[in-house]
Amino acid sequence: MKKSVYITYTNCVTPLGFDLESNWIALQNGHSGIESHADVGLLDSFFASIIPNDKIDEAFAAVAQDENFTKLEKMLILAMKPLVEKHPVTSKSVFVFSTTKGNISLLGKENVSVEAAQLSVLAWKISRYFGFATEPIVVSNACVSGVLALAVAKRMLQADIYDSAFVVAGDEVSEFVLSGFNSFQAMSEEPCKPYDAKRNGVTLGEAAAAAYLTVNESEVQPNHFKILGDGAVNDANHISGPSRTGEGLVRSIQSALKEAQRKAETIDYISAHGTATVYNDEMEAIAFNRLSLQQVPVNSLKGYYGHTLGASGLLETVLGMESARRNQLIVSKGYAASGVTQPINVITANENRKIDCFLKTASGFGGCNTAVLFEKVK
Amino acid sequence: MEGATQRFYLKKLNKLEGVYKIARQCTIENNSILLNGEKCFTVEGVSFSEFAKAAYKHFEMDYPKFFKMDNLSKLAFLVSEIILKDIVKSEEELDIALVFANRSSSLDTDVKYQASIADKTSYFPSPAVFVYTLPNICIGEISIRYQLKTENAFFVFDTFPAEFFKNYTESLLTTGKTEKVLCGWTEYFQETYKAVVYLVGEKGTIEHNKQNINTLYNN
Repeated sequence: MKKSVYITYTNCVTPLGFDLESNWIALQNGHSGIESHADVGLLDSFFASIIPNDKIDEAFAAVAQDENFTKLEKMLILAMKPLVEKHPVTSKSVFVFSTTKGNISLLGKENVSVEAAQLSVLAWKISRYFGFATEPIVVSNACVSGVLALAVAKRMLQADIYDSAFVVAGDEVSEFVLSGFNSFQAMSEEPCKPYDAKRNGVTLGEAAAAAYLTVNESEVQPNHFKILGDGAVNDANHISGPSRTGEGLVRSIQSALKEAQRKAETIDYISAHGTATVYNDEMEAIAFNRLSLQQVPVNSLKGYYGHTLGASGLLETVLGMESARRNQLIVSKGYAASGVTQPINVITANENRKIDCFLKTASGFGGCNTAVLFEKVK
Repeated sequence: MEGATQRFYLKKLNKLEGVYKIARQCTIENNSILLNGEKCFTVEGVSFSEFAKAAYKHFEMDYPKFFKMDNLSKLAFLVSEIILKDIVKSEEELDIALVFANRSSSLDTDVKYQASIADKTSYFPSPAVFVYTLPNICIGEISIRYQLKTENAFFVFDTFPAEFFKNYTESLLTTGKTEKVLCGWTEYFQETYKAVVYLVGEKGTIEHNKQNINTLYNN
C-alpha cells in the first residue's frame, strides 16, 4: 500500500494576525487586510493587503535577536517556528518552499548583489536557520506554487524519500509585482470582488503560511487531514490567460479524484482560486460546472488577503482546513451578485455545515493549475 | 492504472530495478547542441540570442512565437523541440509530463524588468516582459507548442538535482499520473546557460538512475 500522508499542524502570518487563531477570528468578523496605500513607484494610490513593517519587526524581535533578515524572511520564520517547536526537524525531514518572487525587492536596493535575490539563497537561509539536513526543494510555479508544494511534499513522502515535510509558502508585496500587474491592467481599483458582477481585477497581498506533513500514523489525531489525491495539469493554451474551457483545471481535479478513488459528490466544500479577474473566475465556474460541482459551497479568500501569489494556495488550504475542523463555512468576501455565466454556489453566510472532504484549487500564469483533495481524520 | 499500481509494489520489493529508461536526451551549452551525446549543431563566437536564432533556422522550426520568448524560454523551447519533434507526428494526444528546474529562476528577465522600473523619469514596465518573470512560463510555452495537457512543475535548486529528478519523475510514473516525463535543467542568467533535458519512459537505452542522470549533466 502507498503510505498515507497527513497534515497535522499549520500556521499562517498575514495582515489579519500572526497565528491561525487570530486569522480565524478576523475572518469570522469579516475583517479584511486590504487597505488603501499610496506612493509605491509611480502608483499614486492602490489597494493591497500589507503587513506593517513595525508589526513584523516587533513580532520577530520577540523570538529572535538576529536582525539580519528581510521582511519576507521574518514572515517565513514566524510562520514556521511553531511547527518546528512542536515537531523537531530530523535527518529525514524535508523543507519544501513555495514562492514566486522571493526577495525580489533586493534587486532595487543599492549595494546588494543580484545573487542575493536568488530563490535558492533564500531557501538555504531559512533551511539553515531551522537546521535541516536535507536540500530544500523550491517550488516556483506561479500562482499554484503554494498548493503544488503540498502535492510535491506528499509525493516525495509517498516515494519513501522522507518521513516528514515542512511546507512553507511566502511572497511579499513589492514594487516589482505591483507595477507588473498594473502594466497588465489587471489591478482592481477597489478591493477585489471574486466571482462578482462588478469584479475588475486583482488586489495584491502578502502572507506566509506553513504546514507540517507526516507519514507517521502515531502523530495523527482526529481533526487532522489526510491528502487524498492531487493533480497539476497545464492548460496548454496561453501563457498569460486562462483556458476558456477550464481544461487544465478540470483535468487536475479529475486526477485528484481518481487518485483518491472518490466521486465529485463527496466534496463538501471548494476553496477556489478566485482572483477576481474577469477571465479567471469565469474559467473556474466553467470547470466546476463541467464536473457537476456547481452546487458545492465555494469561496475565494482573496477578498480578505488579496492575491498573495506563491503563498495563496497554502494560506487558503490552511484556512480551508480550519473551516472543515470547525464545520463552518467562510463567507466569500467581496461577492454580492454573480458575475460568471455558469451557476456556482458562492458562500454568502458564515453558516455551520458538515465538511469532511474539501477541494483546494489554484490556477496561474503559464497555464498551470493544481487541485488537491483533503479529508478530515475522524 | 493497474499496471502502474503493480509496478509500484514490485518496485517496493526491489525486484524491478531499472524499470524506467531514458529514451533521448539533449544538451545545449557553449553555443553547441548535442543530441544523445553527439554534437549536431554549433556556432562560434555569437551571443545566445544569435545562436538561438541560428539553431531555430538550422532545425527548420516553424513557430513564430519563438521570437517573442525570453532567453530562458528560448533555451527550454529549443532543447525540448529537438527531443520531441521526431516523436510528435500523429494527431494523438501526448501524455508527457514536464518536470523542469534551474538555479536562477527567471532572474535574467527579472533584472531586465527591474531596470524598466528603476528610473522614475523613464518608467516603462512592459506586460510582455513581466509575464516572463516567472520560471514556469518556459514549461507553459512547451505545453502550448505540443498541446501537453499534462502534469507540470518547475523547481529551483542550487545545483543539478539528479536525485530529486529521479525521485519525482518516478513518483509521477509509478502513480499513473503520466506515461512519460520530459525532465531537465534549463539554466539561463546573463549569457551563462546550460540545458540538459531528457525523456523518461518504459522504453529506452539508458537505465533511469541517479548515476546515469548525473552523467548526462556532466558529459
